[in-house]
Amino acid sequence: MTDTATKKTALYDEHVKLGAKMVPFAGWLMPVQYTSIVEEHQAVRKNVGMFDISHMGQFIVSGNDARIWLNTMLTNNIDKLEVGQGQYTFLLNNKGGIIDDLIAYRIDNAKFLLVVNASRADEDLDWLKQHARGDAKIESRSADFGGVAIQGPRIGELFSELPVRNHIVDLQFEGMPISIARTGYTGEDGVEVFFRNSDASKLWNTVLEKGKTLGLKPCGLGSRDTLRLEMCYPLNGSDLSPERNPIEAGLGFFIDLAKPNFIGRDVLLKTKENGPREKLVPFKMKDKGPPPRPHYVVFENGERVGEVTSGTLSPSLNWGVGMAYVSAPSAKIGSQIDIEIRGQKFPATIEKKPLYKKS
Amino acid sequence: MNVPDDLLYTESHEWIKREGDKIRVGITDHAQAELTDVVFVELPKMDRQANAKEAIAVVESVKAASDIYAPVKGTVVEANKALEADPGLINREPFGQGWIYVLKIDNPDDLKNLKDATAYKKQIGG
Repeated sequence: MTDTATKKTALYDEHVKLGAKMVPFAGWLMPVQYTSIVEEHQAVRKNVGMFDISHMGQFIVSGNDARIWLNTMLTNNIDKLEVGQGQYTFLLNNKGGIIDDLIAYRIDNAKFLLVVNASRADEDLDWLKQHARGDAKIESRSADFGGVAIQGPRIGELFSELPVRNHIVDLQFEGMPISIARTGYTGEDGVEVFFRNSDASKLWNTVLEKGKTLGLKPCGLGSRDTLRLEMCYPLNGSDLSPERNPIEAGLGFFIDLAKPNFIGRDVLLKTKENGPREKLVPFKMKDKGPPPRPHYVVFENGERVGEVTSGTLSPSLNWGVGMAYVSAPSAKIGSQIDIEIRGQKFPATIEKKPLYKKS
Repeated sequence: MNVPDDLLYTESHEWIKREGDKIRVGITDHAQAELTDVVFVELPKMDRQANAKEAIAVVESVKAASDIYAPVKGTVVEANKALEADPGLINREPFGQGWIYVLKIDNPDDLKNLKDATAYKKQIGG
């Protein structure tokens, strides 16, 4: 993940101006925090926060065959989308393993917008192009378009017009043409906004200015990670990988096995029939202590049963939480497990999703 | 970044304050800023003997766990229990209430191997 980061988003200078700590992420130099991960986390839970998500890939798939073809590439059912609606879905390899998790929007009858992870964008594009059928055309618009996620309960005070949940609309914002989607990765109400790179700084600063009285904060990847983990939203590369399928990841809701044909379907059918060998489960530490981290080993009754994939100190709960793949028999809500931290075992309990609920 | 002139420093970003035959140790302002919000501190055990550059404590931020080293050979005689309840002291007062432990040193001459403020400033590019 920390390969040579040479790419800068159109908002790079704005981040530097705000004193952000910049780190390499998926080939990009991104802000990990501006002031404090915990403060930024709280801003999103209580007020509103804005994240640069310009590193994410944006693909346009169009053509008369686009719909039918995309439905053979993605796990969820695109036929369920009306124009302007989006859905969370997976791009799988032939073994049913996850190449990427993404959101597919139907932006016109025969036109779709795919928003994909930065770390997988090149691979996604190659895979899609390799399998293209009929007149379906795939173009990456990532080089010309940026994005921000604006998340938090006070989102309605920033925009006079908001689409309904999981929908996307085109509109003018302070004279800039934007696409705004009611979605996010934080568990709070919010939007993801896509814009031309030439409008990036103006949009960023306009939102910062308008959000001042709302307690809006620019937020980095650090709080993006703690916010998503409290909701048990998976992070590709940590919780999802080409060696894991969506059923193992507990995300069967986003696959439609009733579709006659899509890449990975046969493997998913088998996993469903036999049950997954391991499952991704959220857990909470029993006592106050060191927070869990990726790759810590999970035990049950002294036996190794799995490995942590995500872990942190939840800023909302002020408590150690995480997600781990554990063997199916141990993967039960309420199961007592131990997390080995620096040679010592710390008790934890397998929980229901999400780890954090708004009171 | 604040780098007090009256302290000694290590390559691994600990600061050292000499108190007779003992040294008080913490992490620098630069280190706390790099680590971001400290959420957990594993203190060294009392009476533990440590060699120079041996990891004896752990400071965990939201993002990651980092080892804290003994700057010189010695024995742990005090640990800052206040950090157990309020690890954020390290962020707020890295050179004050955020100290981590006190080491009784074997040989005061060992301190000669540590950096002064000027050398440390150069290291962190400030």
